Amino acid sequence: MDKDSPYWIDGSVPETPGTGEYPDPWKKTEIVGTRVPKVDGYERVSGAAVYPHDVSLPEMLHGAILRCPHAHANVLKIDTSKAEKMPGVLAVLTGDSPGADMPWYSRGGQFSGRLFDTHCRHEGEEVVAVAAETPLQAVDAIRAIAVEYEILPFVIDDEAALDPSAPAVQEGGNMVGEPQVRERGDLAAGFAEADVVVERTYSTKCEIHAPMEPHGSVAKWDGNRLTIWDTTQGVYSVQQGMARAMELPLANVRVIGHYMGGGFGAKLEVGKYTVYAALMAKATGRPVKIFLPREDCMLVTGNRPGNKMTVKIGAKNDGTLTAIDYKSLGSNGAYTYNAGTGTLAAYLYTCPNVRTEDTTVYTNAGKARPMRAPGFPQGAWALEQAMDELAQKLNVDPVELRLQNILEELQAGGGRPLTSNQLSECLKKGAAEFGWTTARRKSQGDGHLRRGVGVAACFWGYAGGPPSTVVVKLFSDGSVNLNMGASDIGTGTKTWAAMIVAEELGVAVDQIQIEHADTATTQYATSSGGSKTVPSDSPAVRAAAYAVKVQLMRMAAEQLEVDVSDLELRDLTVSSRSDTEKTVEVTALEKLGRQGLVIGTGYRDPNPEDKVTFPFGAQFCEVQVNTRTGEVQLLQFLGAHDSGRVLNRLTYDNQVFGGIAMGVGLAMTEERVLDRQTGKMANANLHDYKIPTMKDVAIEHTCVPIDIPDNEFNTTGTKGLGEPATIPTAAAIANAVHDAIGIRVTDSPINPIQLVRLLAEQRKEA
Amino acid sequence: MSKKNDPTKRPNGGVTRRGFLGSVGAGAVVAATGVARPGEAVPEITSPEEMVQVALMINGRIHRLLVEPRWTLLFVLRERLAITGTKAGCERGECGSCTVLVNGQPRYACMSLAVEAVGTEITTVEGLLDGEELGTVQKAFVEEDAFQCGYCTPGQIMAAEGLLRINPSPSFDEIRCGMSGNLCRCGAYPHIVNAVTTAAENKKGGQ
Repeated sequence: MDKDSPYWIDGSVPETPGTGEYPDPWKKTEIVGTRVPKVDGYERVSGAAVYPHDVSLPEMLHGAILRCPHAHANVLKIDTSKAEKMPGVLAVLTGDSPGADMPWYSRGGQFSGRLFDTHCRHEGEEVVAVAAETPLQAVDAIRAIAVEYEILPFVIDDEAALDPSAPAVQEGGNMVGEPQVRERGDLAAGFAEADVVVERTYSTKCEIHAPMEPHGSVAKWDGNRLTIWDTTQGVYSVQQGMARAMELPLANVRVIGHYMGGGFGAKLEVGKYTVYAALMAKATGRPVKIFLPREDCMLVTGNRPGNKMTVKIGAKNDGTLTAIDYKSLGSNGAYTYNAGTGTLAAYLYTCPNVRTEDTTVYTNAGKARPMRAPGFPQGAWALEQAMDELAQKLNVDPVELRLQNILEELQAGGGRPLTSNQLSECLKKGAAEFGWTTARRKSQGDGHLRRGVGVAACFWGYAGGPPSTVVVKLFSDGSVNLNMGASDIGTGTKTWAAMIVAEELGVAVDQIQIEHADTATTQYATSSGGSKTVPSDSPAVRAAAYAVKVQLMRMAAEQLEVDVSDLELRDLTVSSRSDTEKTVEVTALEKLGRQGLVIGTGYRDPNPEDKVTFPFGAQFCEVQVNTRTGEVQLLQFLGAHDSGRVLNRLTYDNQVFGGIAMGVGLAMTEERVLDRQTGKMANANLHDYKIPTMKDVAIEHTCVPIDIPDNEFNTTGTKGLGEPATIPTAAAIANAVHDAIGIRVTDSPINPIQLVRLLAEQRKEA
Repeated sequence: MSKKNDPTKRPNGGVTRRGFLGSVGAGAVVAATGVARPGEAVPEITSPEEMVQVALMINGRIHRLLVEPRWTLLFVLRERLAITGTKAGCERGECGSCTVLVNGQPRYACMSLAVEAVGTEITTVEGLLDGEELGTVQKAFVEEDAFQCGYCTPGQIMAAEGLLRINPSPSFDEIRCGMSGNLCRCGAYPHIVNAVTTAAENKKGGQ
């Protein structure tokens, strides 16, 4: 689609590592598609699971980081003399310490500052790190460090940053490259052709990922071998970053990330804290643990940029779209990322004349990182509200308007066919289950409580692919070890992997033990981001299980003296189709007994050439607005998603509802507040930065999986889900609020403060 | 701290923010009394460096150790006793990841000083197991898939356990209120409601 490499890959997309025998698509499944509780559920609910934050090693020291308290400043002088003498303090690390003066990289290996930069471009930049015997001694030590700053003028407003006289965040001005433009057809002609045009400017606020486990690492050296326990979405990504920083061979860096407490895109890259831990562990000869306090996480571990978006759509009276003009402005903070939001507007619907323009600027604020469907929920907030307004102007059902303009092929590069697009099914089935037509006709109410319904649709711009390698090891007693590199970030990766092996070999799910997310002992996988772990790694799991199966069948053919093609494997028993007498249990295979085990290696097959794959989805919601208080109660939410085949219905539902919960945050509660006078974050904690609680999400949730395998895309027929599930949510809520009270809320969040003001304005106008 | 009819306590066993601030001072005195040797005057102010000997009853077992007065119960559980089922999410009473039961009531362990916990019965998520067998609430969380990453889960489970001990048949609204002090960024809330409902039924059924 776009030329950039996907955001979870640092550099280019690696090639498929090998080829194997790829099985045909499943015709009927017995385990895949059912509801299976997570295979690591016991560990997670008993307290037995060791998260990186729980790791404690003998002789381990604890680190803390002193951060710049100013939005923009130069460090003039650092006095660590007092801290160095404090009890328990064993290491004090600054940019002048041995090995600590190194460039720091941003996305795609672009230079973007230094490990300790004396030019602090936002509040929270790292100035000194210390390691001490106890966490509190480390905190006491950083408090005893005196730093002299030259405070510089700052810019935190995206539009103000474009002014040539604004303070320069990076050398060369505040524009991050040229605006990114996508263009097709003739925009002017498209609007000339239109009978109806809607145009409006929308904005979303900056959101913080706020995973419940703070960011952090433990570093331990054994000679020239470095072991890192990291709360990460991708152990191999951290391995590469650490090998580069410490100038070590990749093989000497072992990164372990078995359990991790949420990431949402904030844990895809290596953190400076990991390097500090490694450097101080080297200096002291003792393991060092650094976990960031929550306040620091809010400042420096990424965010979803706030965006200002202007969208103009033209359509004919019959509902055919003729033109879309879309402009977006956003800030990636002080370091290079991409605050673009135009992809959704460019490609969701069939439209011959489209132009999108994304401008990204630097500001004196924390660096953005990919956050659950980067750019898409913001784009949906604008585009899907505009579609709602257009439907109203055309006097058609907003579901019908969307159905009329369904994407037939990707309108880029002269048109590329899709392997599958079930958006129509999402809209139709979703509307039917929701009771959309009836709900729309229902009265809004005439008291102070008004109800309304809304819909929004989406696609997600990535689908995954190679590389992925998985090894399945079947022992002579029929039990299985499965070895894969992917992280299980809470999506249930280990569970569906076990289900696939169970499906393929007939082994019970509880007879499968999984090793994963360890660069020393498990196979290569790309980071768990982009909603692509299932579509990238599940075909490799299946291929590995299939490779075991092929060997078992050959062993059975030899033992039973029949042709392989006559055999089938069910419930760990190989039987002849033609002669029911000829049957052997896998555990009774003589060759398997002699070998002790069978190993199967599976690779992810390449994606089909000249075709593209996207997940799609539509969400419906019903709200109740209190016109006296401006409070919005979400009554019900429905997610209808096209993610190809559903592997595990239980965790699938959980993903859909979780995506909706995060979308509720964007729509109604979340907003990073930067103080205009100081440039500092005013709500860098979880009390003032409001992530949705159980009381904020909808009362009723429904999941409607479309569950049509995309067998052209891969051998499990799967597409992604985690990110699409949060894309249309906020727009659906805004549309429902509009339906309830007739107010188009263009700026997030729809909270009582804003709604009371808008309701008062509405009354004044009336 | 263990007084009955404490006006700062909410009916569901939580504590108000104002109530908490008030109770810290009172708790420190109680704790100091608890460690004073017979015949010794109770010191009014303890210096931060001075280690205090405490005995904490955690999951039915007494742990005797020296603590700094500023150490929180969370810090002692995780960093001194390596009872790491209780998670640290914010360490400032906002997320609920560190929820434990103190005398059967849910409390944020990051907002309780260790010296304050002397004389109470503390239950962590590990304390709900019977040998290696999961407790009723824990089982329900697995069955209903009431978590994703699982980091907030021990806190959610303790909040649910505390709620059900006080109110064995909570309504939907009572579940939402009782569990609203525990954040789940993965957004597993609908499944958490299912798990609490299932656990309530199973507890009544004697499971």
